[in-house]
Amino acid sequence: MLRVDRLSAGYGEATVLRDVSLQVAAGEVVTLCGRNGAGKTTLLRAIMGLHRQVQGRIELLGTDLGRLPPHRRARLGLGWVPDDRGAYATLSVAESLTLPPVVGPEPWPLARVYEVFPALYARRGAAANTLSGGEQQMLALARVLRMGARLLLCDEPTEGLSPLLVGQIGTILREARTHGVTVLLVEQNLHFATTVADRHYVLAEGRIVEALDNDDVQAREHELLSYLGI
Amino acid sequence: MANFLEQTVNGLVNGGFYAMLALGLAVIFGMLKVVNFAHGAFYMLGAFGAYLCLRELGLSFWWALPLVPVVLGVLGMGLERAVIHRLTRLDPLYNFLLTFGLTLILQDLVKWRYGVSANPYEVPAALRGTLRAGSFEFPAYRVFVFGFAVLACAAVWWLLTRTRIGMVVRAATERPELTGALGIDVARWTTPVFGFGVALAGLAGVLAAPMQAVNPLMGADLIIVVFAVVVIGGLGSILGSVATGFGVGIAVAWAQAYAPPVVAQVLVFVVMAAVLLWRPAGLFGREETPA
Repeated sequence: MLRVDRLSAGYGEATVLRDVSLQVAAGEVVTLCGRNGAGKTTLLRAIMGLHRQVQGRIELLGTDLGRLPPHRRARLGLGWVPDDRGAYATLSVAESLTLPPVVGPEPWPLARVYEVFPALYARRGAAANTLSGGEQQMLALARVLRMGARLLLCDEPTEGLSPLLVGQIGTILREARTHGVTVLLVEQNLHFATTVADRHYVLAEGRIVEALDNDDVQAREHELLSYLGI
Repeated sequence: MANFLEQTVNGLVNGGFYAMLALGLAVIFGMLKVVNFAHGAFYMLGAFGAYLCLRELGLSFWWALPLVPVVLGVLGMGLERAVIHRLTRLDPLYNFLLTFGLTLILQDLVKWRYGVSANPYEVPAALRGTLRAGSFEFPAYRVFVFGFAVLACAAVWWLLTRTRIGMVVRAATERPELTGALGIDVARWTTPVFGFGVALAGLAGVLAAPMQAVNPLMGADLIIVVFAVVVIGGLGSILGSVATGFGVGIAVAWAQAYAPPVVAQVLVFVVMAAVLLWRPAGLFGREETPA
């Protein structure tokens, strides 16, 4: 599904990512862990095409993304779930859901979105940025599922949410996955990561320093927590 | 009382012009982040377009009303493609230099061909009389202009809030990067949006032709007030431009009627300065949230 090959990225003179290579297979849920400043968000932005100062190769479903602008990448099946949740002030909830074009073979119909997210149905006429934090996160996920995006790029969807809401996000990601959606997830919450993901990459100072599966994470939890600085 | 009503109607008519021009500026600024200092020149071209339609082509006001804005809209799209779109990656200073330079070029082209003297343009025959309401009489053309301006603003409002195009424009205006990442080609919309804003200025110009002496500098005088309107309302705010446009029109008309002449002249700018001190984002503007 996604292949990142020797990707480097920076801001001006500063290098943020160095020779990052990773792969995500279709139907997998993979997390990127690491301290703040490790380069996780920059990596997601580089894949989306929002960070332009990059070297290396990014392939989606065998297509080299090269210098494609973000909207072309979205149309190839990337679903963007930004760390600030991307709730518009000038669009209603319903408009936010129908704004993106349908890009994948299995878009969620609006009726299904509202069935899975009753809170969004109840507030469909409200300005998107008036939703609670948890509802905004649901909206960000629902928006890309309605697009039929095939690979979700989720930047810390659980940040600042209550355990109940974190659980709901996990349920939705697992459900999306059963429908063939692939997920690349930036996540600080190791416990949550093991409940939704198959594999984990640990980023430190712009490099991938570990590639782990769930058993590794459980066996080495204390060591990893110190890695993450938690 | 009669005088008060008359002044109010005059204020509403002037406010209609301010609102239409400020609305175009707001839509353009929202989408392109370009402050179009050439907006007054396009308004002037609208009035000249109506004048030339009649003189060169024998086309009446009713033909000029739809035709001139469309032609100017196409001209605006051409200019956006040719030069304006280059501004997005440049320092805002270039925005000022380019669009102000365009103003000078357009004004001087018209001056060079037609001179600086005012060209009379008659009120269309059907709107020459007066309308009576009780004991009050209003010039029919002014009432028509007010009604047309309200309709034009309402139509733009409808377009922006009730159609898919409007939704895309709102999304791209508010969060261009996010909107691109959600699969919308934001760059594709900047050209038509600029053309649309220019067409609105042209429409205001056609409407102004029968009320004002058509001359190359007519836009330069008006646009200064319109920029004050835009600052008061909040740069890029649609509702702010329209409400402030009409509000300023009425306030100036009342000041002209009931206060020393100097008050009417400086009122708008005093209000602008006060708003800048009190609410720098404008009455209807939202504070920029850091991305």
